[in-house]
Amino acid sequence: MSKQAGILKVIHAVADLATDPAPDESLFGSGALDSFTLPDLVTGLEQEFRITIPDTDLVPERFDSVAKIEAYLDKRAG
Amino acid sequence: MPYLRSFGCALPAERVDNEALAARTGRDAAEIEEKTGIRERRYAAAGVTVADLGLAAASDCLANSGLSAQEVGLILFATGSGERCFPGPASELAARLGLTSTPAIDLPMASVGSLTGIALANDLAPRYGNVLVVASEIMSRRISDADPDTAILFGDGAGACLVSRESGFARIVDFALYTDGNSAGSLYLPSSGTLQMNGLAVIMHASRKLPRAIGDLLNKHGISPADVGVYLMHQANANLLRKVASTLKVPDERFFSNIECYGNTSSASLLIAAAEWRRADAKAIAGPIVLAAFGAGFHWGVLLAEQIA
Repeated sequence: MSKQAGILKVIHAVADLATDPAPDESLFGSGALDSFTLPDLVTGLEQEFRITIPDTDLVPERFDSVAKIEAYLDKRAG
Repeated sequence: MPYLRSFGCALPAERVDNEALAARTGRDAAEIEEKTGIRERRYAAAGVTVADLGLAAASDCLANSGLSAQEVGLILFATGSGERCFPGPASELAARLGLTSTPAIDLPMASVGSLTGIALANDLAPRYGNVLVVASEIMSRRISDADPDTAILFGDGAGACLVSRESGFARIVDFALYTDGNSAGSLYLPSSGTLQMNGLAVIMHASRKLPRAIGDLLNKHGISPADVGVYLMHQANANLLRKVASTLKVPDERFFSNIECYGNTSSASLLIAAAEWRRADAKAIAGPIVLAAFGAGFHWGVLLAEQIA
């Protein structure tokens, strides 16, 4: 499974979405994520990608779109 | 270790429901309740001060303790919404209790102020005997309808706790306090202006840090989260309480909640909840007590107490 597919799998698990969000679509702006589903998204990403996201990285803007999440995960991997 | 001897609280009479806030902010009343769990909050009348509410809560707490004000050795007063930068309301409260030489210290903290006060009282009670912890807030004067995400959450009120070196209904076992100032800009009240809050950041950090802190302290003492009799939390948001309960795998009902009546009263909320819990059904609940709070700073913490049979 590609990284983007894994991200979308987590997003669909925590948000009630009929279709995939566009890579640059704001997940907060569209209402897909809010303050209570965001922590679930972070936990889901940790489980899906077998990583631990430190508290210092808990900045909402990092998780505002599929592209931003992918960039964050790429940066961590790099 | 010292004891929790009594709690007390005071709420202003004016009730502000979601319909009233909807008219002011343009938000939907039903959506406010769904997102926050809040049905109404109390607002202090014009002219009422943080010290006024604090005095009422302190008096209620002293009456519940069976002690007189003259038996208090130290006052710790938490508020983030005092009328003055200094002095804070602690010295005024002491004077209005008839105490003219008893030390009274301000804790200029918000949501974690009362928990910090009890933790400090625990360590200071061996020296001062009875420590009166008071938390009082008039948040309604610190919000703006132009920021509805914040305005819908807050209310006014005060709470108090008497920590005693000698006796009480529960013995304080341990506590843990934490601070991470990297997110200080996510929730703050400027010297002039209204409360500024990045709700996404606050909830994201609270929903991860609080369960971790609670779990670590309970684990240190060999207690399972499921064995705790009652969780008394800062009443920030009903959904946050449920999320913490879910993470700890504890039924929601174990978390006492009165947020539907008062909203978020910042530092006062934990003690108002504790006072109402103790008044309502405390004797029916066995097992350890956990107090926990998260707020501006970020500060957060947890305190464990065991009830005396």
